[in-house]
Amino acid sequence: MAILSVEGVRQAYQTPTGETVALGNVTFSMEKGDFFSVVGPSGCGKSTLLSIIAGTLTPTGGQVRINGQRVEGPSPHIGYMLQQDNLLEWRTVRQNVLLGLELRHTLTPEMRDRADGLLETYGLAAFANSRPSQLSGGMRQRAALIRTLAVNPDILLLDEAFSALDYQTRLEVTEDVYRIIRRERVTALMVTHDIPESICMGDKVLILSARPAVVQEQLPITFAIEDRSPLRCRSCPEFAGYFNHIWKELGMHETHGE
Amino acid sequence: MRRTANEAALSPERAIYLRREKRQRRCITLCRWGFLLAFLALWEGAARLGWIDSFIFSQPSRILQTYVTMAGEDLLYHLQVTLTETLAGFLLGAAAGVVLAIVLWWSPFVSKVSEPYLVVLNSLPKIALGPVIIILAGAGTRAIVFMALAISLVVTVLEMLSGFRDTDAGAIRMARTFGATKGQVFRKVVLPYNIPTLFDSLKVNIGLSLVGVIAGEFLVSRAGLGYLIVYGGQVFRMDLVMASVIILAVLAALLYESVVLVQKLVGRRFGHA
Repeated sequence: MAILSVEGVRQAYQTPTGETVALGNVTFSMEKGDFFSVVGPSGCGKSTLLSIIAGTLTPTGGQVRINGQRVEGPSPHIGYMLQQDNLLEWRTVRQNVLLGLELRHTLTPEMRDRADGLLETYGLAAFANSRPSQLSGGMRQRAALIRTLAVNPDILLLDEAFSALDYQTRLEVTEDVYRIIRRERVTALMVTHDIPESICMGDKVLILSARPAVVQEQLPITFAIEDRSPLRCRSCPEFAGYFNHIWKELGMHETHGE
Repeated sequence: MRRTANEAALSPERAIYLRREKRQRRCITLCRWGFLLAFLALWEGAARLGWIDSFIFSQPSRILQTYVTMAGEDLLYHLQVTLTETLAGFLLGAAAGVVLAIVLWWSPFVSKVSEPYLVVLNSLPKIALGPVIIILAGAGTRAIVFMALAISLVVTVLEMLSGFRDTDAGAIRMARTFGATKGQVFRKVVLPYNIPTLFDSLKVNIGLSLVGVIAGEFLVSRAGLGYLIVYGGQVFRMDLVMASVIILAVLAALLYESVVLVQKLVGRRFGHA
């Protein structure tokens, strides 16, 4: 059974001046352990889609099922990672990492130990009692990821999670996050506007159309290398082919420079 | 890492820089005190030489004399009255202001409804309500505290509310991704985020409460520094007026500094600047 299934999701926004249909009819499903990237023209409702899957936004049509159960309200199965790390400066790194557990009232000693273990495994144990401002950009994003993983989600949603970082940090963090997600065997759905990132992270790239968005294509990504990592993918011969294909699908050659 | 002063080997440039900084600081302190002393000396001299009428302008030695004769009971009593009233008005204003701001943040509907009233109340000189307050609360301490409260309340509400609303939207969104309720968002994000706003508002309020108390004491005229000032003016004892004003200035400065001190202590706890 699919861990996540999005069935005919439609979303329209009402404002006093009119109606905007962001999502037309979005359908796809993910199996446990999948890593999907979502790309699409800007403003096509990619973030809206994630909010609906997370249950923080009720779609105007269609439904989302997680483990076969319909999502109606913020789902405890979901971990959500945003563009900004949003670490709270008045808390230590450790207290930040525990925030999700506090908010969900699941801060048991076992979960606390698990969070400490994650800090340890991913090289932040030495900074557990530091303030977020003492961390580098990459470490902050890693702390944010650990905060999300600490609640033990089945599905991880990444919303442009790396686009606030400078290019070099971004490559580093992408490596980090990819490794962590694979190692923790989390199912991940990542929205991005960066085509190379979508290719080198995803098992499959979902290409959304312009508003009202539908899934235009589901492109499986395979590389003939062992021990795949985002950086290695970038230098693979298949990379350019995927890039050109997505580029063409998005029609970016036409709208570029708009 | 920046070089710090206690680092063993200071470069010659750094030594010169530090020495210049130190001289500059010393010069500022010296000028501050010098100005005060020169002013007092000029005042005293002008009064003694008959350039100004010390009956109208008073003079430092007579003010000092006033302190000596008033010391003991009178002065301390009036000082204590004003201080108590100010603290009461200040604390009530801050507490009520924060609570109202929370209500307005919580309910956009209530907030929209009350907006025009808040704007009007904010611009209205609260002292104009003095007679009404005295009739409602009686001519006594209650009216004075009420006056201080009235002056500081609306400012607190508006300032805290705007702080709450300006809370980093990303941080709130992050909390919501964990399914945080509105109450949780407030306690875990909005409130700690606005500790600096709270102290900015308290710093303004302590002064405003003092304004309210003095205005109240002018009207009620029973006790306190405000009463001493009005009384001194009526019986033409400028020494008494000046002496009270000076104490008031010192009191205002001390109250402000106490808020700054508490802010530093709390700031260390919360890791704010």
